[in-house]
Amino acid sequence: MKYSRWLPIFLLFFAVPVFSQRGDAPQAASGQPDTAALLQKIRDLEDRVIALEGQVRQLKTEPPPAQPTTSAPASAFTAQAGTPGVLGGAGGSAAKALNPDISVIGDFISVAGHNSLQPSPSLEMHESEVGLQAIIDPYARGDFFLSFGEEGVNLEEGYITLTALPAGFVAKVGKMRSAFGKVNTLHNHVLPWVDRPLVTNNLVGGEDGLDDAGVSIQRILPAPKGIFLEATGQLFRGDSGDKDHPLFRASTTSDVSAVAHLRGYKDITESTNLDLGLSYARGHNNLGTDFLTQLYGVDATLRWKPLRRSIYHSFVGRGELIWSQRQQLPSEQRAFGFYTSGDYQLGRRWFVGGRYDRAGRSEFANLTDQGASAVLTYWPSEFSQIRGQYRFTRYAGNVDANEFLMQLLFSLGAHGAHPF
Amino acid sequence: MTKRSRFSGLAIALGLACAAISPTAAAAKKLSIITATTDMAALTQEVGGDRVNVESIAKGYQDPHFVEAKPSFLLKLRNADLLVMVGLQLEIGWLPPLITQSGNPRIQVGAPGYLDASQFAEILEVPQGQVTRAMGDVHPLGNPHYWLDPDNGRRIARGIANKLAEMDAGDAAYFQQRFKDFDQRLTAAEQKWDAEMKPYRGRKVVTYHRSFPNFANHYGLDVIDYVEPRPGIPPGIDRTDETRELQSRLGGALFRSEDSPVHRAGDRRTGSRLSSLGGRGKRGGRLL
Repeated sequence: MKYSRWLPIFLLFFAVPVFSQRGDAPQAASGQPDTAALLQKIRDLEDRVIALEGQVRQLKTEPPPAQPTTSAPASAFTAQAGTPGVLGGAGGSAAKALNPDISVIGDFISVAGHNSLQPSPSLEMHESEVGLQAIIDPYARGDFFLSFGEEGVNLEEGYITLTALPAGFVAKVGKMRSAFGKVNTLHNHVLPWVDRPLVTNNLVGGEDGLDDAGVSIQRILPAPKGIFLEATGQLFRGDSGDKDHPLFRASTTSDVSAVAHLRGYKDITESTNLDLGLSYARGHNNLGTDFLTQLYGVDATLRWKPLRRSIYHSFVGRGELIWSQRQQLPSEQRAFGFYTSGDYQLGRRWFVGGRYDRAGRSEFANLTDQGASAVLTYWPSEFSQIRGQYRFTRYAGNVDANEFLMQLLFSLGAHGAHPF
Repeated sequence: MTKRSRFSGLAIALGLACAAISPTAAAAKKLSIITATTDMAALTQEVGGDRVNVESIAKGYQDPHFVEAKPSFLLKLRNADLLVMVGLQLEIGWLPPLITQSGNPRIQVGAPGYLDASQFAEILEVPQGQVTRAMGDVHPLGNPHYWLDPDNGRRIARGIANKLAEMDAGDAAYFQQRFKDFDQRLTAAEQKWDAEMKPYRGRKVVTYHRSFPNFANHYGLDVIDYVEPRPGIPPGIDRTDETRELQSRLGGALFRSEDSPVHRAGDRRTGSRLSSLGGRGKRGGRLL
């Protein structure tokens, strides 16, 4: 019937408040501490969930813990990494998590203008640099940079860095850009210009520069407070320089080359710092084992970056002086070259800069080339960069070249470290 | 003066020198801790008390995304027992090379002296699904600006206290006591802050960068937009106009932001309220 059907529902409606009131009554006396305890419990649970989430994140991102070995040095790591060890069959995504950080940087250059001596292609995918970087184990990390040019692939760098050596030593083994000066250590995409300065081309082996297979060892030296002093010693096979600008050639296996570098750095204020370097390189040149080439370098970099406004304004002034001493017939050639440049950051995305360079030629020290450039750079984001450079070059013998270079850099994948 | 008395004089001088040196020898036992940011340094100092030496790499008024990897930081890192970082790729542009070059095995990734504080905190805005840079400089592991939530501050402090206790077992009780004390002071302060922030619950705010999700979440603020069109991409003139329009539509939203000339301009033109949360703190002041 109609009533009998609705009656239970009515009853229910009335019953609920009554029952709930009855339920409330005894609680009212001791309600305060109970809810406080419950809230505390919830908070504790929340904390535990967050702690668990944190552990899951750690598992996903961190490299594998050290294998539990019996050797003493590993025990410190295994003790701490006990829990991650139990992650047995995590499967697909966990396996991917151990892939190296992969990045690709495209470097597109177009050149307009006239240069009869060293013409550049009008449009060129100058370089595609693939970077693969990862931590190898608790004692080392690995870095590979493969440079795909228009003519083929070149291992620009590929080395292991031993980070857990005793007494503060850091060693690298593999192929690497040597620590001679500043520009030589920089990859193309972190240069403050589209090209490399004349002194690099004339005296330090061109774009590839002093880049060779070998071992490197560096250590921070004791120095007065506030001064950073670091010494680097490197031993290479003895083959450096690109094919147009040969620097060292190993005719026999004993024709190794060596590089030494001393770097001093000081914060003058929190926004200004000075970075000085002395470099020396020695190797055998393309004339044979009996012919040595020695390079001496001095570099200086002054940086200004007010910390509060660091993403908007900065200035970097730099210069490098390089002396080359090349044994050849009939007589030894002593050439000198330098560049000096400055870059000012106008705003968050705009940079303006200039460079003056001058360099003798290693094989003909009395022939001197000189040049000047003006550079304007724009950053759409942290991951791409557009740069225009006007370059005037006066080659030895009064041959002039006026060129306009445009460069587009774009970066894919893992976020690399900003160069310093 | 006889030879003998000269010697005894020397012995006394040596004894005094030793007595003078011994406190420094005790002080050398202090854990040396380097943190990436001042926030982490403050929390570490709270729980570490006088048993630790804490120093931060970045300054409080510096953008922690864009710190320079200066070699002078290596001087600090090479002797550090513990490195505390924010994590979630906030420091990816500068900390990894510093760690590699430090020549200090104790603070290498995964070593006992490497502490990523994000593991202790509640992380928001973890991107779901496909992540691309079309979204700007996204942090694929979640938003790294997590420390502005007091609850997270407590969690981080607890995590650091546990870490310190693990590294210096002799002082474990001291660190736990310091944490307990900090916890109590934080709880008391939170009551005050809650009361102060209560009127703003539900208030619509626009922030410059995505820096305040945890803060907004904790105090019930409603972040409706950002001045940056995408994280890490600076706004163009049109974007500033857009935000201004949004603000006038809302009728004076609280315009919370980091220090930037763009906002000052926006603020002048809209008449909305600008609150700056960055870089006003006194250096070395107590946290609570």
